[in-house]
Amino acid sequence: MFLRSLVLLALMALPLKAEEVVLGMSSDTISITTNFDGSELLIFGAVKREEPIQSTDPLEVIIAVQGPKEPLMIRRKEKKFGIWVNADAVEIDLAPSFYAISTSGPFSEILSDIEDLRYKISVPRAIRSVGAPMTVVDSQSFTEALIRIRSNNGLYQLNENSVSVDQQTLFRTAISLPANLTEGDYFTRIFLTRGGKVVSSFEAELDVRKVGLEKFLFNLSRQQPLVYGIMSLAIAIIAGWGASAIFQVFRRQ
Amino acid sequence: MYIYLPIAEVSVNAFVLLGLGGLVGVLSGMFGVGGGFLMTPLLFFIGIPPAVAVATEANQIVASSFSGVLAHVKRQTVDFKMGLVLLVGGLVGAAIGVVIFNYLKSMGQVDLLVKLCYVAFLGIVGTLMFIESLNAIRRSKKISTVSKRRDRSWVHALPFKMRFRTSGLYISVIPPVLVGLFVGILAAIMGVGGGFVMVPAMIYILGMPTKVVVGTSLFQIIFVTGFTTLLHATTNYTVDMALAVLLLIGGVFGAQIGARIGVYLKAEQLRILLALMVMAVCAKLALDLLIMPSELYNIGAAGGH
Repeated sequence: MFLRSLVLLALMALPLKAEEVVLGMSSDTISITTNFDGSELLIFGAVKREEPIQSTDPLEVIIAVQGPKEPLMIRRKEKKFGIWVNADAVEIDLAPSFYAISTSGPFSEILSDIEDLRYKISVPRAIRSVGAPMTVVDSQSFTEALIRIRSNNGLYQLNENSVSVDQQTLFRTAISLPANLTEGDYFTRIFLTRGGKVVSSFEAELDVRKVGLEKFLFNLSRQQPLVYGIMSLAIAIIAGWGASAIFQVFRRQ
Repeated sequence: MYIYLPIAEVSVNAFVLLGLGGLVGVLSGMFGVGGGFLMTPLLFFIGIPPAVAVATEANQIVASSFSGVLAHVKRQTVDFKMGLVLLVGGLVGAAIGVVIFNYLKSMGQVDLLVKLCYVAFLGIVGTLMFIESLNAIRRSKKISTVSKRRDRSWVHALPFKMRFRTSGLYISVIPPVLVGLFVGILAAIMGVGGGFVMVPAMIYILGMPTKVVVGTSLFQIIFVTGFTTLLHATTNYTVDMALAVLLLIGGVFGAQIGARIGVYLKAEQLRILLALMVMAVCAKLALDLLIMPSELYNIGAAGGH
């Protein structure tokens, strides 16, 4: 919310395309501070063209913001001996920790399935799953469960019709980043489509970093775990003693 | 007011954490339990990752137990000698417990085993305490005399006897060391201080007076959970200092209030309340295992089994 220090990034666009993206973002770094409770990322840009528009299909824009990818294990509970226990498990090779798609129209109408397959834009395509063990017949439902759980947490979003396009040239959208955001290298992909085909694409990086106390504590816990542990204990002992001392003062009065 | 926790990597309401800390702190001070068996499931519920919840809870218990034990020291209801004997067993037990925990983790299903441990121990301890204290209350109503001390012949028959003046006992050190060892193992596996097992074991096996039991249990818990905190911080990096501070601010004040409330309650009433609470948590965990969960799938880090 407090990151609207609109730093316009006139980034170099790719050459040899009839239509190119010139992009701006409200910020190219998201700082996770102690009171971080989510943030809003403004993405805006323009389409640069050397010649007049030739296509009759309207220009559509798809913006995908993606967090760092990591391997995951999805487990499913089953009733065994009367209780619910984890049974089947499917490993997902790489799944983004955050994935938000914003489009200027209905997703299936502005992007053909073949193009989606090529650029891996939709949520299921962005998740890579190599294969389930032989014992699991319905591995697809595991991937669906991952998307369902993360969508409920606001980590996977599909916001159709949330990109506004003006006169086939200017576009902008706002993406809400949830409070449970993790740090890492994020990147934004922008696709311009006409008639379901991608006519131009553009990528920009977005840094999500812990800062200040958050960063200090996190680094200390990883680099000096013993010092961190002793520090935690010292705080606990001091707090315990402090509370006892304060209460004694109250009791005397 | 929301706070982003650096290790847990989630944003939570600071007042919710302060409130939880305070509530569990009051119970901790009243009953001499660390409150971990109550707090850990509550932290799961508000969305803290289980590994972080378990490790951080150990750190928070150190604070609330320390605060609680100081209140008991003032009232001279801590048997330090007994505490140290229990501690010897406790530390060895905690180390064994961590080894068992890691072994179970490598076999998978560690969550289930931890939950089953909870259900079994909370169920047994809660029910036994409830029945016993109910009988004690009935007895004291019928004939208002102090109930006769139970026969502890097997405890008396063991060698290495030691005098525990504060508890008014002259018994072998073997039972307390074994109790400490057993509770230490449980504490490390279940991620709790182990007070809910320690307190009844001290009353029913060692025959210690209830008033001394609470302070002594807290005294011993400080060291066992302190040891556990260090183990988690150095091996799993899952102790979240920001979370711990918020919980312990609420917790230490709660423990002070709880210790004072405890003075006004009779020993039997204290025990019956603790029994009811233990049984309630047990029932909740058992239901979670028995009722079909609304979300059958769960996401975990890869690499495990």
